Amino acid sequence: MNDLANYNFAYLDEQTKRMIRRAILKAIAIPGYQVPFASREMPMPYGWGTGGVQVTASILGPSDVLKVIDQGADDTTNAVSIRAFFQKVANVAVTTRTADATIIQTRHRIPEEKLGEGQTLVYQVPIPEPLRFLEPRETETRKMHALEEYGLMHVKLYEDIARNGHIATTYAYPVKVEGRYVMDPSPTPKFDNPKMHMSEALQLFGAGREKRIYAVPPYTEVVSLDFEDHPFEVQKFDRPCALCGAENVYLDEVVLDDKGGRMFVCSDTDHCEDRRAHGHAGAMLAPAAKESQEAAE
Amino acid sequence: MSAVPLLKVSDVSKFYGSRIGCRNVSFELYPGEVLAIVGESGSGKTTLLSCLSTRLMPTSGVVEYHMRDGQYRDLARMSEAERRFLMRTDWGFVHQNPADGLRMTVSAGANVGERLMAVGDRHYGNIRAAAGDWLRRVEIEEDRIDDQPRAFSGGMRQRLQIARNLVTSPRLVFMDEPTGGLDVSVQARLLDLVRGLVHDLGLAAVIVTHDLAVARLLSHRMMVMKDGAVIEQGLTDRVLDDPREPYTQLLVSSILQV
Repeated sequence: MNDLANYNFAYLDEQTKRMIRRAILKAIAIPGYQVPFASREMPMPYGWGTGGVQVTASILGPSDVLKVIDQGADDTTNAVSIRAFFQKVANVAVTTRTADATIIQTRHRIPEEKLGEGQTLVYQVPIPEPLRFLEPRETETRKMHALEEYGLMHVKLYEDIARNGHIATTYAYPVKVEGRYVMDPSPTPKFDNPKMHMSEALQLFGAGREKRIYAVPPYTEVVSLDFEDHPFEVQKFDRPCALCGAENVYLDEVVLDDKGGRMFVCSDTDHCEDRRAHGHAGAMLAPAAKESQEAAE
Repeated sequence: MSAVPLLKVSDVSKFYGSRIGCRNVSFELYPGEVLAIVGESGSGKTTLLSCLSTRLMPTSGVVEYHMRDGQYRDLARMSEAERRFLMRTDWGFVHQNPADGLRMTVSAGANVGERLMAVGDRHYGNIRAAAGDWLRRVEIEEDRIDDQPRAFSGGMRQRLQIARNLVTSPRLVFMDEPTGGLDVSVQARLLDLVRGLVHDLGLAAVIVTHDLAVARLLSHRMMVMKDGAVIEQGLTDRVLDDPREPYTQLLVSSILQV
């Protein structure tokens, strides 16, 4: 008999799932509030997505279609391993296509394609507390959240401007949820922050080592913090994706050789492939691929 | 000076188990008045200050504060949110060790600006201008605005701490040995500065010190504490020039003459 027969559906036992679902429900009821939960040991090290995996395992059903991305890519180690894990322990359908997925577990990106109702985005979170680097005491940060004392968050942004002339925080950019809780959107680039605002999809955040779950329900206000004279703005790229020619997407810089050669490509691999399949071509797309695309047209 | 007291303290006692921190202290503090609490180490000065500033809950007795809306509020009955709000707007607290009152890892400008941001100021230019203005008022060069307090001398840190506390125009400031650990020339300048600010802003202050010279220079009125109780109080000059209690006489005669 297969060893896996000893495992429950989606690895976690039902009591644990129940506990995590309760935490998730509470998190949805209080948008942006960090709900403590009894995080379990998972068959992977802390920092590799133990929080996200537990959330996914608790909400996953046999009819779900799962997509896992790591920095936007479907084919990196973390994404491949977690996808294979759930295929094995839950036997669910998996996909790389954003539109087909019902649950998307992500490490540090939000897909370029707009998410819709019925989809759930599960974030892996290393440090859920946005105030942590300014105030090391957990007792104090919880009090600050409770009393809505968020002046300290602006001290961090002030320091950024004083040192760099502009707000230099580019990832894990703090947001205020539904006008109440200040939340760390996990280390996504601030490019993705506007996508969280009034999102049609449910967004769940799991931090395994820190034992916290928080959530942004669909159609919730998510505002990035800023100053009146230094408003929030996202990164801009001065060129399109080298492979699919997409503009206004988040690009990864890829070093090509040791002579300074480099290219900028979509960090969302599914989005990039989809565009190429539809005949879009960037400046550095291989000629063979271009030809076959032209032939297809 | 206004006829209505800013702070009304009646029969405040604090016990640590069976040990006495301070007992049956009553006094009133008026706007613009500076009160010094003196006494030797362990006499209950700091315990009393902590009870007044809500850092400790008194075992018995009442501390009432005259809010800006004209009402007296019992500090012990206020919610924690209200107390903390009072703490960072209408009050200031200057610690003996500046590291306790400053954020050592953020710049001087942000240290001063923190209270403004905490009460909702969201304009970087205005916050920075206010911070620069306050640095100048406490005699720190404005080009040090982006330096961290770690790079400051002890006297500068103490002045920065004062600026940080005064930026929201508080009405009442608590000071715990503000000149402790500073050399005499730096002490003298700091005292000068504090005296000027208190006078210009009409601040009321409660200053805890074991240094009678500091008390004489800064305060209008003083209280002498021994073993947790106030044994003598009165106008500063009267207490220092004509001490009545034997212990106060001992204290005054113990000052080193140079």
